[in-house]
Amino acid sequence: MIEKYITEMRTLTGKIDRPVRIMEVCGTHTMAAFRTGLRSMLPGGVSLLSGPGCPVCVTPDTYLDQAIALAGFPGIVVTTFGDMMRVPGSESSLERARALGSDVRIVYSPADALGAARAEPSRHFVFLGVGFETTTPTVAWALKEAKRRGVRNFSVMCGHKTIPAAMNALLSGGEVHIDGFMCPGHVSVVIGSQAYEPLCRQQRIPCVVTGFEAADMALGICMILRQIVSNRHEVEIEYSRTVTKQGNEAAQLACDEVFVRSDSEWRGLGVIPGTGLQIREDFAEHDTLRIHPEKIDAVLARQVRKAPSSCRCGDVLRGILSPPDCPLFGIRCTPVDPIGPCMVSSEGTCSAYFKYGCRQHY
Amino acid sequence: MMMSDGAGRKDVVLLAHGGGGLMTRKLIEEVILGELENPILKRMDDAACISIAETELAMTTDSYVIDPVFFPGGDIGYLAVCGTVNDLAMQGAEPRFLSLALIIEEGFRIDDLKRIIGSVGKAARSSGVSIVTGDTKVIERSRRYGGPDAALSAMAGGQAGGEWRAGEPGIFLNTTGIGARLAGVDVSVTNAKPGDVIIITGTMGDHGMAIMNTREGLKLSSDLASDVQPLWSLIKPVLDAVPDIHCMRDPTRGGVAAAVCDIARSSGVCIRLSEKSLPVKPEVLGSCSILGLDPLNVANEGKAILVCAEKDLVVVLEILRAHPAGRESCAIGKVIDAPGGMVLLETTAGGERIVDVPTGEDLPRIC
Repeated sequence: MIEKYITEMRTLTGKIDRPVRIMEVCGTHTMAAFRTGLRSMLPGGVSLLSGPGCPVCVTPDTYLDQAIALAGFPGIVVTTFGDMMRVPGSESSLERARALGSDVRIVYSPADALGAARAEPSRHFVFLGVGFETTTPTVAWALKEAKRRGVRNFSVMCGHKTIPAAMNALLSGGEVHIDGFMCPGHVSVVIGSQAYEPLCRQQRIPCVVTGFEAADMALGICMILRQIVSNRHEVEIEYSRTVTKQGNEAAQLACDEVFVRSDSEWRGLGVIPGTGLQIREDFAEHDTLRIHPEKIDAVLARQVRKAPSSCRCGDVLRGILSPPDCPLFGIRCTPVDPIGPCMVSSEGTCSAYFKYGCRQHY
Repeated sequence: MMMSDGAGRKDVVLLAHGGGGLMTRKLIEEVILGELENPILKRMDDAACISIAETELAMTTDSYVIDPVFFPGGDIGYLAVCGTVNDLAMQGAEPRFLSLALIIEEGFRIDDLKRIIGSVGKAARSSGVSIVTGDTKVIERSRRYGGPDAALSAMAGGQAGGEWRAGEPGIFLNTTGIGARLAGVDVSVTNAKPGDVIIITGTMGDHGMAIMNTREGLKLSSDLASDVQPLWSLIKPVLDAVPDIHCMRDPTRGGVAAAVCDIARSSGVCIRLSEKSLPVKPEVLGSCSILGLDPLNVANEGKAILVCAEKDLVVVLEILRAHPAGRESCAIGKVIDAPGGMVLLETTAGGERIVDVPTGEDLPRIC
């Protein structure tokens, strides 16, 4: 099945007079492209570039430092998705904080964190809200439940970010040359393919919403190449079995009720306007940053900032540096001893390259 | 029942049970000896006097700290015998004698202890080993301090003290095993050669996913159960018929990936596995996919990896498949002629990628 798409890719790239660079934005696409072996099958004229779609990778140092600081208080339990545990903050990590006695717990969903808070009313449960639009509806639900049930000892430390505006910012920066976007599959289940239309029109770039099986990604690449060959730029859906143009309107409504857009700092990319989410005033009593500002500030003020390291995660996330070309890659920065989140996170670009194929230059 | 003093103290293990006096003796006699009885153990000497005719021996030890202690398909007691017996089997050694050490937190229910010892006895009998010596210790209930670095807390003007909470009482086991190596058998991980085939004796990832499902309360509705079982009776006939098996390894923590990577690295060879050939139950694939885990990295407790010359493949598979524990045995890859130390996977899609040893904990992903 994949063979026929690979053959088509060869034919199409033969008609294009330059190498084609397709950015796959989503961390799961990065991993899937390696894990399925698709990368090893792509013809020479097309290459896949990994973008900033790894929510852990783009979470800045300060967020981690705040979470670690909060975990240090006896009355606070920090609950988090698993892949945040090993990410290095400026001095420590959640994993290390747990080993030293802080109560940090891995949960599979914010509903678990809310349940834990209800079971232990004497302690305050903070949930680290990190993730893109795939994740935000479940966090919105948890906040609405917390308010409805009056669960006073539960709050979310909101670090959520949104994808389409970030994609635009990448292109507007001018540094990166991208010929097409492989748009994230599951984010699009929520926001719908319509979310990419402004970007597609403004930047005149093909956008194809793609699934995660090898056949999905292979077909997605063909659809982008077909657009390039016929000089089109459109938003198309490859992942039609789950993605629609409008997306999940109930989920979007729940998010609108709880969150409001804000500016957001992306590790390596700086502050990008309108790409973050903040918890609305209505839900202020479940907003960690509003409840505990003095705790966080007091501790952070005393922390000595390390001198900036030679970490190039920012350039990797912008797609201007390939992991094997980073001087630290595989030498000083490895999964066992990571310097930046791109190597730690299970969806990080560098982690994928290291784990699956850097040694054969896929 | 067993203690002569006080009602309400008879149902849990107490610190006094570890004191070495009357209560210790009663615990051993009433809970342990009946299940594990053999002439050597019964003597309760300081050391067991054993004799083994063979002079080439294998010895191994393992500690068992699994949580939860009871899980679908087995418990810590069954695991403690099988794990050690299988390490001996993987070395081509017939398991003969085991020691059993218990470290029990006070408050652990006696009924649970009986159940665990019952499993130990059952596993020992089906493996043909005698448990000839042991030890029992009781420790204070562990406490979790819900607090920080005291200095950090003080700096921030927080409370100096934290909150002590008692954890659920646990139990830890250690077993050390001695076995007699079969003559003419050398199954070191350094022996793999180009042209050899890689065999697995059954489906991957059953144990790890059963544990994760139970421990994390995931309530994935399925029949996920640990595959824990003793392997000597599966392996011995193979070694009798084909003494020239090159390597054996059981893919426990780190899964098949870790075991095969060990072989590749230690033998200095390149191994190519075929994703299509990897036997995985649909429910294991499904739960891995939900949690973002790779079945290649998930622990097994009742499977073996064998490496043998291609000419022996048919015979080995026939013998394995004749045993209930080996019905789904199959070839999953080959040792190829390429720069050594790596493991490659030919993917179902037709591409290729590298298989690597996982770093540490496999952490479930955000999205």
